[in-house]
Amino acid sequence: MPENRPLLHATAVTKTFPGTVALDGVDFTLHSGEVHALLGENGAGKSTLIKCLTGAYRRDGGEILLDGRPIDPRDTLEAQTLGIGTVYQEVNLLPNLSVAENLCLGHQPTRFGMISSRAMSRSARQTLAQYGLEIDVTRNLDTYSVAVQQVVAIARAVSLSGKVLILDEPTASLDALEVRMLFDVVRALKERGLGIVFISHFLDQVFEISDRITVLRNGKLVGTQAIAEIDRTRLVNLMLGRELEQETRESGRTDRPEGEAMIRFRDFGRGGRIAPFDLDIHAGEVVGVAGLLGSGRTETAETLFGVTPHDSGAASDAGKPLHLGSPRDAIAGGFGFCPEDRKSDGIIGDLSVRENIVLALQARRGWTKPVPAREQAAMADEFIRRLDIRTPDAEKPVGLLSGGNQQKVMLARWLATNPRFLILDEPTRGIDVGAHAEIIRLIEELCARGMALLVISSELDELVAYSHRVIVVRDRHHVAELVGAEITTNNMVAAIAADREAAL
Amino acid sequence: MNARTLPLLATMVIFLAAYAVCYVQFPAMLSTRVIGNLLTDNAFLGIVAVGMTFVILSGGIDLSVGSVIAFSGVFIAVLLRDTGLHPLVVFAMLLVLTTLFGAAMGAIIHHLEMPPFIVTLAGMFLARGMAYVLSIDSVPITHAFYDQLQGLYYVMPGKGRLTLIGAIMLAVFVAGMLVAHRTRFGTNVYALGGGVQTARLMGVPVQRTTIRIYALSGFLAGLSGIVFSIYTSAGYSLATVGVELDAIAAVVIGGTLLTGGSGFVAGTLIGVLIMGLIQTYIIFDGTLSSWWTKIVIGILLFAFIVLQKGLVWLTSQRGLAMRGGPGGTR
Ligand SMILES: Nc1ncnc2c1ncn2[C@@H]1O[C@H](COP(=O)(O)OP(=O)(O)OP(=O)(O)O)[C@@H](O)[C@H]1O
Ligand SMILES: [Mg+2]
Repeated sequence: MPENRPLLHATAVTKTFPGTVALDGVDFTLHSGEVHALLGENGAGKSTLIKCLTGAYRRDGGEILLDGRPIDPRDTLEAQTLGIGTVYQEVNLLPNLSVAENLCLGHQPTRFGMISSRAMSRSARQTLAQYGLEIDVTRNLDTYSVAVQQVVAIARAVSLSGKVLILDEPTASLDALEVRMLFDVVRALKERGLGIVFISHFLDQVFEISDRITVLRNGKLVGTQAIAEIDRTRLVNLMLGRELEQETRESGRTDRPEGEAMIRFRDFGRGGRIAPFDLDIHAGEVVGVAGLLGSGRTETAETLFGVTPHDSGAASDAGKPLHLGSPRDAIAGGFGFCPEDRKSDGIIGDLSVRENIVLALQARRGWTKPVPAREQAAMADEFIRRLDIRTPDAEKPVGLLSGGNQQKVMLARWLATNPRFLILDEPTRGIDVGAHAEIIRLIEELCARGMALLVISSELDELVAYSHRVIVVRDRHHVAELVGAEITTNNMVAAIAADREAAL
Repeated sequence: MNARTLPLLATMVIFLAAYAVCYVQFPAMLSTRVIGNLLTDNAFLGIVAVGMTFVILSGGIDLSVGSVIAFSGVFIAVLLRDTGLHPLVVFAMLLVLTTLFGAAMGAIIHHLEMPPFIVTLAGMFLARGMAYVLSIDSVPITHAFYDQLQGLYYVMPGKGRLTLIGAIMLAVFVAGMLVAHRTRFGTNVYALGGGVQTARLMGVPVQRTTIRIYALSGFLAGLSGIVFSIYTSAGYSLATVGVELDAIAAVVIGGTLLTGGSGFVAGTLIGVLIMGLIQTYIIFDGTLSSWWTKIVIGILLFAFIVLQKGLVWLTSQRGLAMRGGPGGTR
């Protein structure tokens, strides 16, 4: 049995950033043939540990042994040569290179010192076929969807990993089918004796795939345990260091506000993106949107917000026509939209937490009426506290926060504008269980204050928890609407999968 | 159509259209004689523009090349005048020198994390200053070997001459294309242009690549200086002022994005030829002032930047349309 040979053994790894001790004497042991989940809240130090192991950061202290020999990777290239393949959390790949080049970068097949593009394309196609992806690999990466890019990133890491594969939140933008394919690949690699590190905030996935878990909290090691010896509640306790009171709901909320709709969309649609639909939004109501990735969920949101303006139908606000030709119009109409892909659609890494939070509000007020400095600071502190954003202070550049905390800043930006209709696309993606519960509570509170919300989510439990109504989207059509007690995970799955059964 | 090759195609169409216009007015412009001159007259610009293409593809800029060419000319002329060294030895010394000069700028850019604009601007002043130190006058080159070099040409059908320096430029372009598109170094250059942080995490040797890019640009600036000295038979410290800007213009007209990460070496060749063509047209016309060259190049540059903006906009629209729509592709 190869199980008991420590493949990667790190002791007392320490890393400090100005103002933060990101890792404080963390030990980590990875055996070959195991999937080891690395867990912890946003900002606990998971990504930092990975980056220290793979040479993306120089650690300040500690020792790393690979196969019993000390290693000290100076850069990620060296880690790759040692057989450590990694999918980093925030990095996708290079958008300006072709899919094949992204997959093969650094180890392109050459003949007489020249890259053979035919061989490269062939091997890229073969690699991707294992993930059920048949695409033109000579096209630029940025012509494909985020999910495809994510699969390519995973495929690249897998092909580089001779000994160790590290996946930092790889499943954040994958749908159920893709996750299953990824897990099949991971299991096969495990059989081959690789050690796999898996970071995720989806605890179901953690329980499904991992053998052991290691929990970090505030840069310190909390403990390592076999997954069989721990249950969900206990795990959450370890991660948060406290109990998480969680009321679970069986079906959706029935306290739906009565009366006239606030905003009506009639026959609203955009050719090629989302078929025309009708939608009524009431003040104080949460409308959930369920559907698979690429089914038209995000397209619905972007059309409503004018990112891709509608080309059919019309919107009306209390009977008066509402013009929605661009995001500016939408913002003027009191809309807010927190998009799905925070990296390309929103976060400005060099600006501070405070500046990022104030941005949308400032834009709405116009540049001639700056938000007073004192108000800005108060607002930033308020959201940092409310959303539990882990940052030493409001002036830290957002780019230096952990992935989940950046997501919280994005959310804060739109909450700060205090819109009457807020659209949230996957608001809890990449957010830890504790903050997750906090965001759900926040959604309920906003809606109790009379805000209308449209929330897109892949997590059906979550939709059940806060929705008054759920719209199910499939193949770019709104195919079903569930109200109140009809909203159960089972009903949603049935509506989503109606004719996809055969495909699965 | 692939959005990646669109700017290149646009450049080619413009070149062919421009040539057609010239041909209609002056049929003589299609002769190999004119083509031969086009290559000879623009050889030094073409060579240095290849280096500039790599620099710009990586997301950088090299402002020092014009001064380096001038320095090279003076260096060669002075050494040939004052020492008994054979020109080939002088060439080798010069190329080592300019390559190291480029490498040093690359190292500073990487290690001190300084913007390439500033570092190469300093390099520009430094190289020009060194040229003045060697000589402030124009130094003629009168070496028998130079006469030999200038006498080397291939007579094309139609009596046009493909001179040695024209051929060197074409060879540099071919080599540049191979390096850019068929080597790992080339892919790494594009990778840097796509995003340094991402490239680093993907294992691109950022330091080595950056240094090599500027070293390559320095080497080609040196080679361009040699070619320029053969072309003019002199070294003059005030020569080739602003050539770096001509090179940048050629690269951009050739369809390479100034922000890096996208473009083709072949496009740069066409960019250089378009600029040469405008000049030739003005000479043929005889009544236009040579300032028209600058004006037309200005308009072209502007048109290309607008075209590139449009393309970026188009692809992002398409990206939007495709995003979330992988269902159709698998
Ligand atoms: N380059 C950096 N400069 C300064 N501080 C940093 C840097 N990178 C990370 N940090 C800080 O280190 C801490 C740990 O961050 P890390 O990214 O490891 O968290 P994480 O556990 O991966 O969280 P998440 O689940 O949100 O991804 C955070 O407080 C973060 O702000
Ligand atoms: Mg992280």
